[in-house]
Amino acid sequence: MRQALMRGLGAAVAAASLPLAMAQTEDPVAADFDKFRAIMEEANPAELFDAKGEQLWKTPGGPKKASLEKCDLGLGPGVVKGAYAQMPRYFADVDRVMDAEARIVHCMITLQGFKYEDLAKKPFSSATATPDPVSITTYVAANSAGMKFAPPQSHPKEKAAYAAGKEVFFYRAGAFDFSCASCHGVDGQRIRTQPLPNFTKPEQAIRAVQGWPGYRMTGGVMHTLQWRLNDCYRQQRFPEPGYTSEMLSALLTYLTVNAQGQEYKGPGIKR
Amino acid sequence: MKIGTAVILAAATAILAACAALQSSPRDEALALMQRDFHAQGIAGMDRLKEDPVQAACNKYNDNPPADLAKKLQGEQYAGVKWPADGKLLGDWKSGEKIAQNGRGMAWSDKGGVGGSCYNCHQIDPATTAFGTIGPSLSQFAKLRGYGTDIQRYAYSKIYNAKAYSICSQMPRFGHAGALTEQQMKDITALLMDPASPVNR
Repeated sequence: MRQALMRGLGAAVAAASLPLAMAQTEDPVAADFDKFRAIMEEANPAELFDAKGEQLWKTPGGPKKASLEKCDLGLGPGVVKGAYAQMPRYFADVDRVMDAEARIVHCMITLQGFKYEDLAKKPFSSATATPDPVSITTYVAANSAGMKFAPPQSHPKEKAAYAAGKEVFFYRAGAFDFSCASCHGVDGQRIRTQPLPNFTKPEQAIRAVQGWPGYRMTGGVMHTLQWRLNDCYRQQRFPEPGYTSEMLSALLTYLTVNAQGQEYKGPGIKR
Repeated sequence: MKIGTAVILAAATAILAACAALQSSPRDEALALMQRDFHAQGIAGMDRLKEDPVQAACNKYNDNPPADLAKKLQGEQYAGVKWPADGKLLGDWKSGEKIAQNGRGMAWSDKGGVGGSCYNCHQIDPATTAFGTIGPSLSQFAKLRGYGTDIQRYAYSKIYNAKAYSICSQMPRFGHAGALTEQQMKDITALLMDPASPVNR
């Protein structure tokens, strides 16, 4: 209830600041979409997946018939509030940096007895099915709405993940010689009608993580950042990245740390 | 005795390896992660992660390699351009427009090369309003540059291998990569060069 109220307020603020946002966007097509998105945010279907995710988190499930309430998202077992905004982070029990979905999948394996192979088989939403980790990630993310991104960078492996993620971001290869930076390393560019934020700059890097998990109007499905990065690599003409792999956690560390200090508005709406 | 030495040697090797791992550069770490965490999918094999000499130079020098290296590599890329055997560089501009509009091809979800993705980055026919701005506008391409054979060759070879002219260009090497057929490249060249093409009207 309070979450819904907060999101309603967020939408009101977004609507109020719309003329400013439109003035900043030179492209009329993008401006029209911003307007449409502001309207859609007032009744974002992401709330449905947030509610489903909450149920999945609290209800015993999996071969071990356990809930996820003992899952440690970095702020202690069971603490969901604020956890999403403070990931990716280092987890001593696995000795690696994990992003939110990677950690949730880890908890589903260790606490509930699911197998990684089963969860990774069809990890992304389709018109007919939304995998449980997607809903759970949406629930966890909604519990950081209104908070500032603050992924920790104190552990050596967190620093190493940022540095490796930066290298991954700039690595050009593949059939088309692309890197992430080919589309997201320069200011003010557009691919077809889609504006491309420059993720190397803090004020634009927020757009890499803002609005995810997001309800995508193309296809009408709920997607997380794991899907977004997977589809980026498809279009980058690279091989496929492993679901919740350490490499993707490193890339997400680079993107999220670049956006640190900026407010996360919660699950969003995407074109 | 012999076994004892082997154990000590193995332990020493392990310690050395651990030290090396601790000292590995962010690039080495990124390469190791990518090698381990990507997998082949469809037509996109793991070989795509391996840098060719052009990609290696651009990665090493942040897209700005020393002039002599850039010149050498550009020469090599230009030498690799395969010119049409019939000597004709201009195909059908109408087909070229369709290929230019098609943004698919070479991804793991494709079967091979499909389109040229040209409008993803360039304005071309002014009537086509959905165009990107990563590359320069190509509207009035030949009207501004001339319709002669040299410009035809320039357009064709640039589509075939943009790195022949600018070693770290963001433009894919469509001919070099096998993403477009000779006929497709001729058709796109016609889109840019044909006096009847809307590009030049």
